[in-house]
Amino acid sequence: MAAGAQAPTSSEYIVHHLQHLQSAKQGFIIDMGVFNWDTLFWSVAMGIVTLAVLIKAASNATSGVPGRFQAAVEMLVELVETQSKGIIPHGDRSFIAPLALTVFVWVFFMNSLDFLPVDLPHYLFTWTGLDKVIHYHRIVPTADLNGTIGMSLGVLLLMLYYNIKIKGAGGFVHELFCAPFGAHPALWIFNFALNLIEFAAKTVSLGMRLFGNMFAGELIFLLIALLGATGVWWLWGMHLVAGAIWAIFHILIVVLQAFIFMMLTLVYIGQAHEGH
Amino acid sequence: MNLNATFIAQLIVFFILAWVTMAYVWPPIMKALDERAKKIADGLAAADRGKLELAEANKRVEAELARSRTENQARMAEAEKQAAQLIEEAKKAAEAERARILAQARTEAAQEAQRAKDQLRNAVAELAVKGAEQILRREVNAAAHAELLGQLKAQL
Repeated sequence: MAAGAQAPTSSEYIVHHLQHLQSAKQGFIIDMGVFNWDTLFWSVAMGIVTLAVLIKAASNATSGVPGRFQAAVEMLVELVETQSKGIIPHGDRSFIAPLALTVFVWVFFMNSLDFLPVDLPHYLFTWTGLDKVIHYHRIVPTADLNGTIGMSLGVLLLMLYYNIKIKGAGGFVHELFCAPFGAHPALWIFNFALNLIEFAAKTVSLGMRLFGNMFAGELIFLLIALLGATGVWWLWGMHLVAGAIWAIFHILIVVLQAFIFMMLTLVYIGQAHEGH
Repeated sequence: MNLNATFIAQLIVFFILAWVTMAYVWPPIMKALDERAKKIADGLAAADRGKLELAEANKRVEAELARSRTENQARMAEAEKQAAQLIEEAKKAAEAERARILAQARTEAAQEAQRAKDQLRNAVAELAVKGAEQILRREVNAAAHAELLGQLKAQL
């Protein structure tokens, strides 16, 4: 941030950067009347990038010798196909495998927004005059709990859908009450409670894991940026060194978290295919 | 850490993206991959077949060579045999010719000897007659005794 008379304090700087561009002020922890425009915009934008990349590869796909771009996308597709086949060997994968591919690429692109310098968007808004409209802005959709919980709720819906599709509504209800402890009537309530907890835990942990990783990454980038903002020359040097190291390490996190999210999506949907 | 309506939107976007991928991305790529895999498998099979055919052709050539070699040998043996036979025949013919020439020479020699004998006989007879003539010049009438002289000549 620019030094000057109105320069914000460190905590003001961080709080400012952790504030979403919202349609209204968030009243409670859960406030369904509020939209985060920044998260929505960037997740849809990255979704469009994802589809553009994949559709370009798909429309150029031939059985002949592939180019580099096509080979790269095909390697990715093969990776996802192999994983999904390993996890769901006998089920119908015509939706699950493409879903896993989409999730992987989409989450990867959303996470990658973290590599942009944290203050770059704000400078761009100031430069273009958009700062009159956009006071707050967070670019990484996966560092917003709404972004990740939205996706993990999608996975939860798919788990329920495939449970009912594979086992039938009756079979699924029977499993909810008779597994994992046993079919004895005295155990029904415990079985059901445990199953509810299991579904909730899967959904929350799936969303929270990605959110936590990306939020922490973003926060550390903010703290590193603060080093450079102090105006002390050796702290400015530290900004360069620490920023470079964290960015390099973050490449691993970005890819790994995208991969983990895809794998867990497959595993959770795969578990819906298995009867107890 | 605040939840709001954003996650509902995110949920919808999630399904739209997955659906588009399922409809427009996954099938063509998988089709291309499967087709390429099939192409490669076909190519490998064709290469194997080609190798097999080459080996077979080599075997055929080898067999053909061996066959022509034995045929050659047989032909050469036959030619040698024929040559030997020709020589044998020529020898036989020469032998026969020799025998014929020899026989002819013998006959001719015998005839010559006969003729010589005849001449000698005539000469002896003449000589005897001449001797007798000289002895018997006066008593012997050649005409009167011609019959006798002829008998004498035949006896010689």
